[in-house]
Amino acid sequence: MEKVKRKKIIIALAGLMTGALLYIGCQETKEVAGTGDAPQKVYVAPGTYDEFYAFMSGGFSGQLSVYGLPSGRLFKVIPVFSQNPETGYGYSEETKAMLQTSYGFVPWGDAHHPELSQTDGVPDGRWIFINENNTPRIARIDLKDFETAEIIEIPNSAGNHGSPFTTENSEYVVASTRFSVPIPEKDVPIASYKNDFKGTISFVKVDPKNGNMNVAFQILVPGYDYDLASAGKGPSHDWAFFTCYNSEEAHTLLEINASRKDKDFIAAVNWKLAEKYAAEGKGKTVKTLYYDNFVDPKTGIAHSDKRTEVKVLDPKDCPGMIYYLPTPKSPHGVNVDPSGEYIVAGGKLSTVIPVHSFSKMLSAIKNKQFDTTIDGIPVLKYDAVLAGEVKNPGLGPLHTEFDGKGYAYTTSFISSEVVKWQLGTWKVVDRHPTYYSPGHLMIPGGDSKKPFGKYLVALNKITKDRYLPTGPELCQSAQLFDISGDKMKLLLDFPTIGEPHYAQAIPASILMKNFEKIYRIEDNANPDAIKKEMDAKVVRKGNDVHVYMTTIRSHFAPDNIEGIKVGDNVYFHVTNLEQDWDTPHGFAIKGAENTELLIMPGQTRTILWKPLTAGVYPFYCSDFCSALHQEMQGYVRVSDKNSNVKISYGTGK
Amino acid sequence: MNTRARVIVAISALMLVLTFFLPIWSISLQAPQYPEGLGLHIYINEVTGAKPHNLDSINELNHYIGMKAITPESIPELKIMPYIIVFLILFGLLGAVTGKKKLVEAWIVMFIVLAIAGLVDFYMWEYHYGHNLSADAPIKIPGMSYQPPLIGSEKLLNITATSLPFIGSFVIFISIAMSAFSLLLKPKEKIKD
Repeated sequence: MEKVKRKKIIIALAGLMTGALLYIGCQETKEVAGTGDAPQKVYVAPGTYDEFYAFMSGGFSGQLSVYGLPSGRLFKVIPVFSQNPETGYGYSEETKAMLQTSYGFVPWGDAHHPELSQTDGVPDGRWIFINENNTPRIARIDLKDFETAEIIEIPNSAGNHGSPFTTENSEYVVASTRFSVPIPEKDVPIASYKNDFKGTISFVKVDPKNGNMNVAFQILVPGYDYDLASAGKGPSHDWAFFTCYNSEEAHTLLEINASRKDKDFIAAVNWKLAEKYAAEGKGKTVKTLYYDNFVDPKTGIAHSDKRTEVKVLDPKDCPGMIYYLPTPKSPHGVNVDPSGEYIVAGGKLSTVIPVHSFSKMLSAIKNKQFDTTIDGIPVLKYDAVLAGEVKNPGLGPLHTEFDGKGYAYTTSFISSEVVKWQLGTWKVVDRHPTYYSPGHLMIPGGDSKKPFGKYLVALNKITKDRYLPTGPELCQSAQLFDISGDKMKLLLDFPTIGEPHYAQAIPASILMKNFEKIYRIEDNANPDAIKKEMDAKVVRKGNDVHVYMTTIRSHFAPDNIEGIKVGDNVYFHVTNLEQDWDTPHGFAIKGAENTELLIMPGQTRTILWKPLTAGVYPFYCSDFCSALHQEMQGYVRVSDKNSNVKISYGTGK
Repeated sequence: MNTRARVIVAISALMLVLTFFLPIWSISLQAPQYPEGLGLHIYINEVTGAKPHNLDSINELNHYIGMKAITPESIPELKIMPYIIVFLILFGLLGAVTGKKKLVEAWIVMFIVLAIAGLVDFYMWEYHYGHNLSADAPIKIPGMSYQPPLIGSEKLLNITATSLPFIGSFVIFISIAMSAFSLLLKPKEKIKD
């Protein structure tokens, strides 16, 4: 009897526990997987297109990735600031000038913020810009072929973080120094920070015709850490806003020493006025050195243009050009709402999100409601410029984007969530956890005058248990929300390359209007290009040997080359004669110490090869091009230095 | 012939000028790897891709089966045909000007004979390309030839080739039909003039 009773109790208990576990399990599934219709919302059937292109920064990979939304499929990684042996970018003779800087050849970069060019405050699909933090640079990627077209170095800068945010018509993209440094650079004790270190805010002019960039002028500012930026729009068209922290001017242990003050600043710059001052010759022309590297669209060859001067404006000489808006507390992001009236700061150590009013700022300036003046920069009174504060925004608010329907969405890094709040009432209306610790967030067009809305992507720094583990190094992630309703709905998360700091998205229909399928061989003006197979040749000039080679399915011309000697510099100039969509060829040669080449239809690419020992070296096409791809191969015979093997070559002989 | 008939003959002769600008035949190719389509347009004096670079792409594909490259400059018909069309236009106009029914009848007969000859020649051309394959072709399938159909569709390995008359041919057809119609107009209408 006793035994039976005990058994019953055990069974009952087990049943209860199972029930409880099931209940918890179900709860968890519901929590994690999002709502029931999420699969349909992100399912893009095979062979159909995504609604948006999303461009996500590759962070420490130095590159820019292209994803589709809502599917989260990766389409391309565009090489920008880092060499890419997959294509030969930064290695080939045509592209290596892209990575030249005043510090020499820099093979890596830290890419943070992609920014689409805009017309009338709306992304227009011409170009996308992205900054490099470490060796200050801005790149411009042409969205016709999704290739890097230009990289300009920013002089008098260090830590180009607050960049490359665009003005309303991409008149300028901006660049501000996260790390203040002696300007111009000089050998001083680090402890002389407060005396010698300065920041700069640069305005890079963008030629509306061809996109060419030019550092128009720089504003010399106190030695704080200038973090992020956002240009005005509509009524605030003439202005751009820059957050800064470390107004304490600490140079060591910043996590403590730069967190002491209650308020740091947002710098408001009237760039129209700055432009006028620069034109009037108010600035000083300062000697410096920086590079502008750009691809000649006719030849496809990158050139480096060395620049030696830059115009620097000092706020002391330029009244009305720049003001400081006190902002709690070590603000990170700054974002101007679609109307151009509200300037939202992400006070990362603050318990509120402060929102400044542009119109109040103008009247505060008019009425001279200043606290003080720092190095010629008037500091406006906090209460005179504040529109409101969002209470209870989560811990560690960083970045804000807008849906164009009167709502703002802010990421909170520490509490790991996205918080939705209303402009004007400053009331939080919804919040949703992210997995985990989001930095930026992105709504298609969410930083523009007319957000496309619909989706929100949170860019998470930490993934831990979200995916199958891959050892100590884990991916970072993007998390897609549906924001079409009142409540945010989690739809999908997907891994990203490197660190996706910031992202931009644009309706696919805008880019699909003018993308290029091939490079027209008729237009290829590369001096090393050959347009016909019969023009293939091998030419010796002293120790340099130039191989002018063609590729077409499924052979190289020439594919047998003799007469190369140890110690030669062999340049393979490979022209892909294909004029069909999606027919790249690769070129790889045994023992190449630099890279392979991936050559798009109609393109010419050159690789330098230095054979070290005599022998016969095979080369082959590395991109599966056709049914007879495996047959697409050839040989180079390399002879001793003193041999008298003459240059000879051919295909099919 | 009355004036109206003569005007019709003149128009049908002159409209042949359009064949200099409009393709008379189209061969389109469909294959899994070419979702965007691939094709040839045949003019009286030119063979071009239906879209830029299509001719190169087709030659590229054809070399695997040992087919000769289609190079418009080496096709003699493309040099002769413009003269034939000019001749037909002038002959038609002569018929219209003189109003001699016999001349117009001769013109129509000649026109039809030349059109048929053209079709036969085109068929021969296709046969030649489809059958005279290089012995060095990478892909050789015993018994297989690659002649596209004259009119209609055929599957050749992975490619479905569809050959159809195109706008220029419709011009020719309408021209013949109109001039034939002119012969049916009764001469008594002439009295009204």
